[in-house]
Amino acid sequence: MEALLKARRLSKIFGPGCSLCNESTGPDFDTNVCPHCHSVVACNAVDFDLYPGEVLGIVGESGSGKSTLIKLAHFEWSATDGEMTLHRSGLPAALAELLADKADQYTCNLFGLSQFQQRQVRNALMGIVYQNPLLGLRMNVSSGGNIAERLLGAGWRHIGKMCDRASELLEKTEIPISRMDEPPKNFSGGMQQRVQIAKALSNNPLLLLLDEVTTGLDLSVQARVLDLIRSLQREFQLSMLVVSHDLGVINLLCNRTMVMKHGRVVESGLTDQILQDPQHGYTQLLVASQL
Amino acid sequence: MNLQAWRTQHQSESLHGYNFAFLDDSAKKEIRRSLLKAVAIPGYQVPFSSQEMPVARGWGTGGLQITLSLILPEDILKVIDQGCDDSVNAVNIKKFVAKVAEVNSTTDTQAATLIQTRHRIPEEPMSEGQILVLQVPYPEALREVEPSELETRRMHAEGDYARMWLYLYEDIVRYGEISISYRYPVTVNDHYIMDPSPIPRWDVPKLHMSEHLSLFGAGREKRIYAIPPYTRVEPLEFEDHKFRIEQFPVACSRCGSCNSYLDEIISDVDGSRQYFCSDTDYCDKRCA
Repeated sequence: MEALLKARRLSKIFGPGCSLCNESTGPDFDTNVCPHCHSVVACNAVDFDLYPGEVLGIVGESGSGKSTLIKLAHFEWSATDGEMTLHRSGLPAALAELLADKADQYTCNLFGLSQFQQRQVRNALMGIVYQNPLLGLRMNVSSGGNIAERLLGAGWRHIGKMCDRASELLEKTEIPISRMDEPPKNFSGGMQQRVQIAKALSNNPLLLLLDEVTTGLDLSVQARVLDLIRSLQREFQLSMLVVSHDLGVINLLCNRTMVMKHGRVVESGLTDQILQDPQHGYTQLLVASQL
Repeated sequence: MNLQAWRTQHQSESLHGYNFAFLDDSAKKEIRRSLLKAVAIPGYQVPFSSQEMPVARGWGTGGLQITLSLILPEDILKVIDQGCDDSVNAVNIKKFVAKVAEVNSTTDTQAATLIQTRHRIPEEPMSEGQILVLQVPYPEALREVEPSELETRRMHAEGDYARMWLYLYEDIVRYGEISISYRYPVTVNDHYIMDPSPIPRWDVPKLHMSEHLSLFGAGREKRIYAIPPYTRVEPLEFEDHKFRIEQFPVACSRCGSCNSYLDEIISDVDGSRQYFCSDTDYCDKRCA
């Protein structure tokens, strides 16, 4: 099987950056701030492949660069260096034309696209769920409207069809249809999170990005949201990138896991393997403190 | 009289201290350059310097500057305010331009070469060679959904209009139809979303593939934009919720027109309601 998404040498440096940034930061130095130019190396030379239908977890402490990775993949921040390509087989026709530069199996480097093209790619292929619903939802717009926004961005112009799609998704995410016209600010945290998931799924994304989706929810609500994500993943064969600092979430959702520290991947492999036989010192610490 | 002849004639008098048409030549040049750019990119808002005028900003200074930068002694000027030739704003602007450029003015839409208007487009179709100058209070169609100028410019540049569409979607979900009665957003030349100035919906279709040139000036906001002749201008609409113009229950009480935009007038005497054409020239012509 060929990877759906390939990321190579993904790097993001905040600050001027210097030639010594790479060799003087990272887990070996226990910092991600370059002592020479004081730039923050948020993530450095991260490689990963994501296969169709696979759930890849990224785990690490605060500041380890896991959210940076999601923001780079979602084109919210521009990468300092690196390359991200998609397999052509999954691309819709409109996008294939946009990215038609060579007859390769993979697209060109998506980071090289214009912002306009990146938004086209995002609207057509990606969905994202943030930890904070304020980031992913418009709190004053109806829940149906929130879902419609993505569809409108992808060129839908039929109110009836958009309403149908919105109610279908809200039903899947267990939001009562009667509350479809209410703005998410009226909802509880768990419901808001489920509206976010519905919104992220509206355009049938190839790739779903989850950034700490259950952090901040109480345990029973966490369990329901995770359950929902798991069943949706199976139903739609979604490929997902899951960022969490919670090993429980990673254990429940992910096939493979990468462990990050100070902007580097320190260990990666099958989730079970990482949790039961951690190799890197930091992973061992993480697993030990969890259990 | 052409401009050369006019200059020769007025050379000795040094024209009451003003250049022809009030603005000095460098100011006119700057405005005309902005106009050219605006015509070249239909619907794009071109920034311009917006001079101080002897009228307060927000009283038609954008339109006035366009008019003054374009007008020639041989032009025939018409100025209307919400369709009316005789309202204070229109009359004062007309008097001012007539004084500083010594042009003839008219109320006849067909006879005018240059028409400056506030919030209406004349009922009578305009033809090639005529210029319509519209006064614009708020040039940014996306302002309702995005307060930041930086962000709206990015949205225009990238054609990122989902939020404008979302605004209309919400309107329909809430009220069953789009509740925007004036300043109805339009897509110009299949690209930019543009604010057509506060004209009623009734006038929006007149901009589509029109024979005349439409120029929009926002003096306070310092923006100029344009719709060249024969340009596609399409109001935003959904497949199942089409754009529609106003419907009037009656005809004009004066000329009997069933095919013009009507103003509702409430009688001071008995409080009864009557409807009259908002375009006074159109009504007068029908009565004559």
